[in-house]
Amino acid sequence: MSITYLEAIREAQYEALRHDPAVFLYGQDISTFGGAFKATKNLDKEFPGRVFDAPISEDAMVGMAIGAAVEGARPIVEMQFADFSSVGFNQIVNQAATLYWRTNTPCPITIRLPSGGTAGSGPFHSQSMEAIYAHYPGLVIVTPATVEDAYWMLLDSVAIDDPVIYCEHKFLYYHLKADQIGGRELPIGKARIARPGRHATIVTYSAMVHEALRAAEELQLDGYQIEVVDLRSVKPMDTDTILASVARTGRLLALGEAFPWGGVTAEIVSRVASEAFHLLDAPPMRLNSKDTPIPYHPNLWKAHRPTVSTIAAALRRLLRY
Amino acid sequence: MSLAETIQHSGTGQEADFRPRFLSAYQHMLLARVLEEKLGALYRAGGRIVGGVYVGKGQEAYSAALGVQLQKGKDIYGPLIRDQAGRIAYGEPILDAVRTYLGALTGPMRGRDGNIHRGRPQEGLMAMISHLGSMLSVVAGALFARRLAGRLGDAIGATSIGDGGTSTGSFHEAMNMAAVEKLPIIVSVANNQFAYSTPNNRQFACENLVDRAAGYGVEGVTVDATDLGACLEVFQQAAKRARAGGGPQMIVGRLLRLAGHGEHDDASYIPDTAKKGLGARDCLAVAEQRLLDDGWLNAAEVKEMYAEARRKVDQAVSKVSKEPLPDPFKENWQALSSADLVEGQHEA
Repeated sequence: MSITYLEAIREAQYEALRHDPAVFLYGQDISTFGGAFKATKNLDKEFPGRVFDAPISEDAMVGMAIGAAVEGARPIVEMQFADFSSVGFNQIVNQAATLYWRTNTPCPITIRLPSGGTAGSGPFHSQSMEAIYAHYPGLVIVTPATVEDAYWMLLDSVAIDDPVIYCEHKFLYYHLKADQIGGRELPIGKARIARPGRHATIVTYSAMVHEALRAAEELQLDGYQIEVVDLRSVKPMDTDTILASVARTGRLLALGEAFPWGGVTAEIVSRVASEAFHLLDAPPMRLNSKDTPIPYHPNLWKAHRPTVSTIAAALRRLLRY
Repeated sequence: MSLAETIQHSGTGQEADFRPRFLSAYQHMLLARVLEEKLGALYRAGGRIVGGVYVGKGQEAYSAALGVQLQKGKDIYGPLIRDQAGRIAYGEPILDAVRTYLGALTGPMRGRDGNIHRGRPQEGLMAMISHLGSMLSVVAGALFARRLAGRLGDAIGATSIGDGGTSTGSFHEAMNMAAVEKLPIIVSVANNQFAYSTPNNRQFACENLVDRAAGYGVEGVTVDATDLGACLEVFQQAAKRARAGGGPQMIVGRLLRLAGHGEHDDASYIPDTAKKGLGARDCLAVAEQRLLDDGWLNAAEVKEMYAEARRKVDQAVSKVSKEPLPDPFKENWQALSSADLVEGQHEA
């Protein structure tokens, strides 16, 4: 018996609905159809009147969730694809993110963003939006990379009294499996050492954690021990764990699947450079996707995002310095 | 009532409570006008009010007529920029307005937001953001949650928008969603002919904005928004239908904005033809005339009402002027309610 990353997301929503009558689900095709990815499969049957199909209106979906939260509800909004959250952008960053600060009114909404690329998904079904939302004050941005985190961090997100952008990676939906979901290990805001090492640190999150681990395996053949830090949440970012890792290794590669201009990897490098410059034995490096829209054909898509081989090549450059 | 029926006659006054409702709404209008004149004067004098002052001159009747239909503590209200009269009618104390304009720490926004961007969401008064159309789905969501929790009862929600705001995607999405969910919400559209400086013919191409009601599958009514009696009737009927399960009610009021977009704007773009049109009547003067004509008040009583409103406003301004202003060194610079999730300050 095993459970996938996607099933963990469904199970977490099941548990959230079971645990708290204030929770309801709102999104396109999520009711009887069970969602485009089946992340809400059967939840409508199990919790009648708590799972609602929304019109194709991301702005109104988020606005509705905000109003519901003001009245004490704890809605989970499913964006069909993270990319479409751009249509609800205004409500997320201007309404949800400012509500508490402006009016002292908590805004406990969770917005699920099926994120990141899969082969054949093209420019508008592949985006990673975490940096965009992390830029705005008033939002919590989580990016689970494991089955356990997919489960526990979704439950934690629903329990948080602030708007949470839950970035779930579509590439992990079916491939990533665990024998079972263990106990909660870390709270949101704490990073995890996914692999200990002493020659260089990769700081990454979401699906790139797994690519980083494979690249670290490859470097081990050359005798290098690469530490991999899984951020888990990009905001808050666990700077202490990053700095402690860099203190051990002296070398940093910030890795992300998102576009290269600014963003999470730039934030990591900036924090390390400004707070731990003296710990560095080499200039900090970044590796991101290419600075183009995300291509459709697998040949192009595979070359657009960081891969095990480009990560390994970057590590070798970092280690040679 | 048929879709898009136009009510342009004044209230008949047949209902027993018409006169007290009219009088009460008139007093809210008058207080709003006096308050906004004071805020405008403070702004023009310089120093006390930063940012701007946005007044509802000419829209008081339309705004107050909706506000008096709502019961604070029960109904949800999402006012917009020109709803001072509706806010007063709903029960927002004028101190909230003065404190927010002056940025006082004692106000609901504590200097974090200003002017008309204020409210008390947990008490049913939503605090508008500047992005037009975006409050409609929020009010709808509050109603949705109450219905889901089984505690909606016959409460309703109401929100306002202008002719320009109806052009946003946000407005369309929310209107459609509210209709799909058949939520008890009044959507009050004030067509004051200009969105900032943009006239109706550059804003929309339909004959009358109320035509859109049919497209959303909701009830739609047009009213002469300079006529308090007509506005009271229209909103009373709309509230009744909404409370009875009739779903969203779209009301379109025809009027003219009798001021600039804000006090910084001389509105020189409004042509004389518009200023001479029917919508350009001052609703406050029209209501006053009716009160005098019908013998409900005499000139001395009206005068005393103005004096009373000025006393209230002066008292509020004087009180707030002595109240503490926000202090950057004491400010809690945290945007999250979850203190454990706030990041440390990382100087990059």
